[in-house]
Amino acid sequence: MTRHDGAPADTADHEVAVLSAVDVSKHFVVRNAVGNSSVVRAVEHASVDLHAGRIVAVVGESGSGKTTLARLLARFYEPTQGQIRLDGAPVAKGSAARGYHQQVQLIFQDPFGSLNPVHRVRHNLDRALRIHDRRLGRAERRRRAVELLERVSLTPGEDFLDKFPHELSGGQRQRVVIARALAVAPKVLLGDEPISMLDVSIRLEMLNLLGRLSREEGLAMLYITHDIASARYVCDDVVVMYAGQMTEGGPKDRVIGAPAHPYTKLLVESSPDPDRVGTTSRDDQFADAEALGEPPSLIEPPTGCRFHPRCPFAMSRCAEEEPPRTDLGDGHWSRCWLHQVGRADEIGADTYSAALARRDPAEVAS
Amino acid sequence: MNSSFGSNPKVRFGLVVVTFFAALAILGPWLTGTVMGIDPRANDISAIASPPSSEHWLGTTQFGQDVLAQLIAGARGSMFVGVLAALIGTVLAIVFGVTAGYFGGRTDHVLNFVTNIFMVMPVLPLIFIVSGYLRGTGLWMIAIIIGVFGWAGGARTLRAQTMSVRNRDFVLAMRMLGESNPRLIGSEVLPHLGGWVASMFLSAMIGAILAEAGLAFLGISDSGAISWGSMIQAAQSQSAVLRGLWWWFVPPGLCIALIGTAAAMLNFGVDELSNPKLRSATRKVVRRTRRVERAVAAETRTA
Ligand SMILES: Nc1ncnc2c1ncn2[C@@H]1O[C@H](COP(=O)(O)OP(=O)(O)OP(=O)(O)O)[C@@H](O)[C@H]1O
Ligand SMILES: [Mg+2]
Repeated sequence: MTRHDGAPADTADHEVAVLSAVDVSKHFVVRNAVGNSSVVRAVEHASVDLHAGRIVAVVGESGSGKTTLARLLARFYEPTQGQIRLDGAPVAKGSAARGYHQQVQLIFQDPFGSLNPVHRVRHNLDRALRIHDRRLGRAERRRRAVELLERVSLTPGEDFLDKFPHELSGGQRQRVVIARALAVAPKVLLGDEPISMLDVSIRLEMLNLLGRLSREEGLAMLYITHDIASARYVCDDVVVMYAGQMTEGGPKDRVIGAPAHPYTKLLVESSPDPDRVGTTSRDDQFADAEALGEPPSLIEPPTGCRFHPRCPFAMSRCAEEEPPRTDLGDGHWSRCWLHQVGRADEIGADTYSAALARRDPAEVAS
Repeated sequence: MNSSFGSNPKVRFGLVVVTFFAALAILGPWLTGTVMGIDPRANDISAIASPPSSEHWLGTTQFGQDVLAQLIAGARGSMFVGVLAALIGTVLAIVFGVTAGYFGGRTDHVLNFVTNIFMVMPVLPLIFIVSGYLRGTGLWMIAIIIGVFGWAGGARTLRAQTMSVRNRDFVLAMRMLGESNPRLIGSEVLPHLGGWVASMFLSAMIGAILAEAGLAFLGISDSGAISWGSMIQAAQSQSAVLRGLWWWFVPPGLCIALIGTAAAMLNFGVDELSNPKLRSATRKVVRRTRRVERAVAAETRTA
């Protein structure tokens, strides 16, 4: 089956990815009050490669499984199926988490929740440095803590050491969180919507910081976002997720500039102004998408292509069979039947809403 | 959390009462010995069962002992039992509750099972039986018995609170950095339970004082030790009520009632503490509400 193929082709395919997810799935078993259990298919058959010095953006609406993917990569969850590979070597189930987390760190979405309100900035950095290298002396740790703070543009670092989280702004907190993650000298930084809860005015600065860390210091980065404009601004590659599955991926200019999947097209077109970074709220971003109906249930996902109930191009085949992956060259790929039946041009031919208006209701109902 | 706990007037009343008796307990020997110059155990043959006077402010007992001196010495005995029992109970509650809540899974199953056993155990009969075996072992043993049998409720509370803290982002973040479990518990989770632990300790202390008084009244106590309960018990055995020796049993009774009131007040504070705060609306809720609003607006426009 084509959907079980390996890691997506990438422009940097020749070198081994620092961190990769290979065909991973995560199913959550949830019980309701009566005791009946059902399975939430939060992520299914997802693959992504992170390379040193490159940023991969994961875009998708709420509930599409972005956080779950990040947490799989951070090993908060064991994958139900598939593998996480670090430097090409599969990470064994239940192997020591400490070694892994010296390489891979996750930045949470909410900078107000990821710093313990009872501890000063100093405590956070000091503990991280100490865990990283037990031989460091007190003075050395302090010197490095200041260095870390200045690396994330909190200058002078000395001034921030003795601050409590509540004395810092959201942006400053998120910088402290990043500094703390950098304290263990990781090779991979996973950002779960790291700027979405920050003030619009400082989002650009934070993106620049992430970009600098990746480009100048060679970190491999996963950047999760709902904001296409910020993805375009900072990343190298984009992966689009819909209802737990990856629908399209490739270099950002190809994916955002010439979407090869109706869902990507919808996202790009409903992004109000692609050049204004970080100014859209999640609600604006997905208002159009939601007008099309509820996102699908992940307990009983739609058959075939999961996007077909909302897709203006849907054919009867879309409801029956999962579309295979089509490689479009330059590492650009998409999972859509249109490519298989030679109707790929239609995606770019018209705007999404025009296509939607033309949609034949009888065909979708079938 | 801590500040709101301390700023509640009811709680403050409870704290003042407890602090007052704690001070009385600590300064007891100095007050009776140096300030008053009276040994609470000494029998003054010249004043037997005499009502309050300038010499004996709260009168004397059937045995010619000064009631005020006994009351102060009794505060020491009662507070000793209270503090020791609360210490034991709180430590056990933390060990069982926090460990169960933090680790979850099998550990939780086992610890929660033990907690539930202690929860439903008929404590009073058990205390009777145990103290029957240990007759005459003093306040020490009473405190240990009360502490060992009285931690289950607190463990329950702490378990639930720990479960709500253990998966907060800051705990996950520190775990991801490689922080060890004992450190995560001690340095990241426990500080957030501080208010709970403090209020639990106070309630447990007061509960233990009342329990000790009750046990002493029922005759389970060390005859040599002085506590409020043993004072009332002695008064009772000498039919002080029938003979109208009110100054003998009213002061310790009042002290116990005051401590009981303080317990109730502190519990009000704990209730207010545990009331679920208005949770910040999640994005999903907000979005759903907006969607409904949009739908309603569309409806009204078409109508
Ligand atoms: N621990 C869990 N137990 C059960 N279901 C879960 C769990 N975590 C996530 N889910 C479900 O998995 C699906 C994907 O969730 P996830 O948080 O990964 O989405 P997301 O793309 O990050 O969404 P958002 O943009 O809102 O953060 C959701 O339907 C969610 O309810
Ligand atoms: Mg998320």
